[in-house]
Amino acid sequence: MKQLLYSKRVAPYVFILPFLITLAVFWVVPLGRSFVMSTQEVLYGQATFIGADNYARLWRDEIFWKAMFNSMRYMVLTILLLVPIPLVLAALVNAKIGSPRVKAFFKASMFVPALTSVVVAGIVFRLIFAESDSAMMNQVAEFFGLGPVRWLRGDLTGLAALLSLALWRWTGVNMMYFVAGMQSIPSEYYEAASMDGAGKFRQFLLITVPNLKPTIVYVVTISIYGGLAMFLESFMLYAGNNSPNNQGLTVVGYLYRKGIEENDLGFASAVGVVLLVIVMTINLTYLVASGTFKKQEA
Amino acid sequence: MSKLRNSTAALAAATAVSVLAACSGGGQSAEPTTNADGSTTLNMWTFADVHAAYYEEMAAQWNEANPDKEIQLEVTVYPYDDMHNKLQLAFNSGEGLPDVVDIEVNKFANFVKGETPPLLDLTDAAEPYVDDVVQARLDLYSKDGRVYGFPTHVGAFVAFYNTELLEGAGIDYTTIETWDDFQEAGSKYHAATDKAFGVASTSVNFLEPLVTAQLGGQFFDAEGNVQVDSPEVVEAVSMIQEMQDAGAVSTIPGGSPDSEEAFGAINDGKYAAIVYPAWYTSRYVDYMPDLAGKVAIAPAPVQDGAQVRTIGGGGTGTSVPVASPNQDLASEWLAFAKLSPEANVAVWEELGFDPVNMAVWEDEEVTKNPENKFNKYFQTNLFDVLNEVKDGIGHLESFSDPSWPTVDNTFTTVTLNDVYENGVPAPDALAKAQSSLQNELGQ
Repeated sequence: MKQLLYSKRVAPYVFILPFLITLAVFWVVPLGRSFVMSTQEVLYGQATFIGADNYARLWRDEIFWKAMFNSMRYMVLTILLLVPIPLVLAALVNAKIGSPRVKAFFKASMFVPALTSVVVAGIVFRLIFAESDSAMMNQVAEFFGLGPVRWLRGDLTGLAALLSLALWRWTGVNMMYFVAGMQSIPSEYYEAASMDGAGKFRQFLLITVPNLKPTIVYVVTISIYGGLAMFLESFMLYAGNNSPNNQGLTVVGYLYRKGIEENDLGFASAVGVVLLVIVMTINLTYLVASGTFKKQEA
Repeated sequence: MSKLRNSTAALAAATAVSVLAACSGGGQSAEPTTNADGSTTLNMWTFADVHAAYYEEMAAQWNEANPDKEIQLEVTVYPYDDMHNKLQLAFNSGEGLPDVVDIEVNKFANFVKGETPPLLDLTDAAEPYVDDVVQARLDLYSKDGRVYGFPTHVGAFVAFYNTELLEGAGIDYTTIETWDDFQEAGSKYHAATDKAFGVASTSVNFLEPLVTAQLGGQFFDAEGNVQVDSPEVVEAVSMIQEMQDAGAVSTIPGGSPDSEEAFGAINDGKYAAIVYPAWYTSRYVDYMPDLAGKVAIAPAPVQDGAQVRTIGGGGTGTSVPVASPNQDLASEWLAFAKLSPEANVAVWEELGFDPVNMAVWEDEEVTKNPENKFNKYFQTNLFDVLNEVKDGIGHLESFSDPSWPTVDNTFTTVTLNDVYENGVPAPDALAKAQSSLQNELGQ
């Protein structure tokens, strides 16, 4: 026994055991059970095996595809917004210009939204984007000479509200990732570049961005997952899971509607399994394409 | 060093054990829970603050009348969606269930799915009161002849008119009897004031079932297959769409009169006529103080020569989970708290709802009480209106169909938006709803 515990081959596994057990109990087992449930019709105390019926229904289900479209659209747009904008802000914060105290305040205030609860933020955004002409966004619209906009009624204006919530909430977090990444880039690179006559912009493009690649890959990967798994933001913004023409319905929202609100747990499990397959496919493809699995050349 | 290693291994093992232990959880005891003073604690969930106050009142009355079977009622109020979702999960896992629970009518069908519903059969508990209670409202919470929940109110549709605004436009609301009259008055009002008259809700499916029932239609056929493109439903939705084109009804902020944004708009006089279930009285009194003394209640508009003049809309069924260790006492108390004459007086006085026990409707001491806050608020008496339409209160069977929650969801997210917001002709929108519902329900 003692020998086993002291053995150099076994010790690492002992150390990662807590993680493995957590993974098994909270991830692998529920996943397996979800898969089993996705082939069943689940009612109180009775589960009947129905094969791939749930998947067949899912395939024909327009609302599921609508939800998938919404989630994909949200995921792509959040990546397009939440990588470049925080990257530029991080470069500004990291630059030598400006007083450090102002920059520290700026960093802190950008990060504060990430600490607030999505529930509170969602309610505040709902009020900001309310239909009445005294709501904040409608006062802004009025300033520009536009009539009151019914933000959460229209498809694109509703999407704009969702994206602004995401932008408000995650810009600071992503900016922090990039700032941390930038600080680990050796300053010699920049000195050498400026001696060779490269301007600030070329330095940013040719030194900062390539050296930040691991950070960018990480941010994009979690954004793919985060975008496709988004639920709470839309749930709070639309004050529930139902939005006009399902414009705010996401895949997870649909899973929740089917499983929890309509007590069709078998079907909801099928939605979950399909979402997992899609997220894993996109993320693995992306990680392979970006070369993450290749051995690092020193 | 070796000490550290040992303790790390021990820590890892301890973590693993505690994680596993946390998952196995403790079972529920099936013993009735009697307190030291001989009373029994009943846990109850509801989704409305006002309901909680009412149930506490009924628990106090019960304890006075039954000193040998005292109960200690612990009411927990959760938000609407949270409560139903929590209940769903509790039923599926069999853990953490209350003894008594309020279930909203649009969610009720979810809880009686399958062969073995997790709710207690309350048919026997209802027995002493069943003759006085509106049968249609019991049917709403019944399946296969067994009663699984007790109703709170009838919720008969009535019309609320802001008489100050109508007089300003030269309209006398007492002349409005049919939907044609309603449309005529509405377009006249709209033309005179450029303001909205009635409401076309997009997030609540109420007017459509009312008009469908008045036309004698249903949302399902005799076999329970969805049929939202039936001639009556098409006629009902087309009629409301036509009224919208004529300016008699308009969409409202928040999607229905029963939302915070709408309360503000109605209170500001932006809408003059609301056709809604009788329980909407409580919304006026609680959320629209500026309209006190300016609103009259009248019968809902009808179709010419219709048998059914109005139906019940909305509602809450109160049930007892089978798993409750106190199920006998819980169902006995619940029958008292929901169906007895005392309870129904309280339903009116506390909540302002139209009670299901019709004996109360005739009791003028209760209904005409000048001190009652609802009687003070409105120009006309709710019970005068209810007694006038009493013989024409119908029941829309579709409301108790197991697939109703799905139909209601499609209407309030897609169909009604298509029709009233995007101007899709009613027959097209309903044909689309029919095909997507058939797929969703596998019919």
